[in-house]
Amino acid sequence: MEVCGISNVTLRDFSCEQSLLSRPDGSSSFMQGDTSVLAGVYGPAEVKVSKEIYDRATLEVLIQPKVGLPSVKERSQEQNVRETCEASLLLSLHPRSSLTLVLQVLHDDGSLLSCFLNAACMALMDAGLPMSCLFCGVTCAIAVDGEIITDPTAAQEKECRALLTFAIDSKKCRVMMSSTKGSFSVQELQQCIAISQKASEKIFQFYRDSVQRRYSKNL
Amino acid sequence: MQIEISPNVFVQRLDGRQTYDYRRIKVSFGADYGCCFVELGETRVMAQVSCELVAPKESRPNEGILFFNIELSPMASPAFEAGRQSELSVKLNRQLERCLRNSKCIDTESLCVVSGEKVWQIRVDVHLLNHDGNLMDAASIAAITALSHFRRPDVSSVGEEITVFSPEERDPIPLCIYHMPISVSFSFFQQGTYLLVDPCEREERVMDGLLMIAMNKHREICSIQSSGGIMLLKEQVMRCSKIASVKVSEINELISKALENDKRARKAGERCGYAASLPRGRITALKMDETLVDMTTVMDTAKEIIQEAAVPSEPSSAKHTRAASPVVPAPGVGQVGLGLENSWGLEEDVDEEDEGKGEEEPQMEEQHHERKPRRGVDVVEISDSEEEEVVILHP
Repeated sequence: MEVCGISNVTLRDFSCEQSLLSRPDGSSSFMQGDTSVLAGVYGPAEVKVSKEIYDRATLEVLIQPKVGLPSVKERSQEQNVRETCEASLLLSLHPRSSLTLVLQVLHDDGSLLSCFLNAACMALMDAGLPMSCLFCGVTCAIAVDGEIITDPTAAQEKECRALLTFAIDSKKCRVMMSSTKGSFSVQELQQCIAISQKASEKIFQFYRDSVQRRYSKNL
Repeated sequence: MQIEISPNVFVQRLDGRQTYDYRRIKVSFGADYGCCFVELGETRVMAQVSCELVAPKESRPNEGILFFNIELSPMASPAFEAGRQSELSVKLNRQLERCLRNSKCIDTESLCVVSGEKVWQIRVDVHLLNHDGNLMDAASIAAITALSHFRRPDVSSVGEEITVFSPEERDPIPLCIYHMPISVSFSFFQQGTYLLVDPCEREERVMDGLLMIAMNKHREICSIQSSGGIMLLKEQVMRCSKIASVKVSEINELISKALENDKRARKAGERCGYAASLPRGRITALKMDETLVDMTTVMDTAKEIIQEAAVPSEPSSAKHTRAASPVVPAPGVGQVGLGLENSWGLEEDVDEEDEGKGEEEPQMEEQHHERKPRRGVDVVEISDSEEEEVVILHP
């Protein structure tokens, strides 16, 4: 267990486009390899009386699968994304209002939850909502032989023994959310967290580059 | 702005188009078969086709089933609510069914595997991603393009046995499509005085009536629908159908070109899909190539954290020598509070108190028991209520 092979630690090619939809207040599409997610944010807008919270904004996250209606799996992913966004957004600045984040799966080729988180963060940034920090999602898969793979594809996800997704914040690289499947040891958990923190630096650099490009005067 | 009544006169629209102009149409495909993205100006639609083996309808035992579902995602417009069938979604769904199912453009008989037992159900999910008017045209283009792009797995039936082959074993089969109906929308203003093709969202808000004509490239009308309660003259409908035939042939050409391009790219083994079609050179888009993450310090950090972390204190129940195990009186019977040791770290005197409480309990129940009949006597109205029938079991 001590000599655990960490060789496949690469992130697939990333790409992102912001404000590509005209209707939402903020939108983004985020691609990790072939996995693609489209995100749209509306808000701060008027809130339904039944959902009103007197001291902060109500955040609603909706995940739309590609085929059929949202099921239990989508609901649980919605909750993971919502709790991460709630932790980073400064919701108390917009009391009694609503924020809606809609995520549409365009293609699932593994690491979908981390792609949701990245797309959500880019869309929130595009909407110009005040946040205390940025966040990103990193998925790690532990193969049967103990090898750790970051940003796995769907085929790698199917073969792995455990799958861990973390949301990492940009300020201190702390873990904001974790979602795990399968069994793993404490050492493996700590290794995965450490890898995710390292990988998050790359993603935050990508965020920074894309925002810098967006507000630059020339291409 | 001066607008003349005659349709030939130059009419300036909000986005600078002419009366009969369509907005820019872009058709692209996803990585899977049967996934199509359509952009009609700012309106964006995604269609995904999927298939499943099901039992056929009793009335049509040797025909496959076509199912359409238009999803008005709240991403498209804040007015759309998730998971609710609105009037608009029912209208669009019905119109799409009339356009594609009732026109018999897809051979449903070829979707039969075993007559009366197993047929393919083809499901078309249309997701509206951005609503900027003329959803119907965008949805119809996306749906028919996705259907022509789709490949279903090959099947073989020997006697009772049905084998579905994976794409690796046998090449998937395209659907049999006879013709491609495409819907063209016309909006009317001021009781039919003005006519505009492909209305955008702002034009749709102020229009008086809408005429949707679904037509194929052979100039056959597949469905025609007028809504908004506007009276149209025969000449107006004829003129619209003529415009529609021109537009449909243009769009048809665009679709077949897009399908051909995709086929060529797939054959050549190029990377296709949404991720590959990201527009380059846009200031809002950025791409980063595959990157290696520096892992030199990871193992040390992980080890450090584990060493630093205090050894978790043993649960208090571990101190007891007597191993606790739950008592099961009979298979399938569970009971709370029996058998297992209390591990809530209670002090000994608390334990005593607990025992005391145990003694108290029957007394309380007795009191309760005594109170019951009294109430039944006092209050006549509830004498026949269920409350009297409550039986209290003594421990």
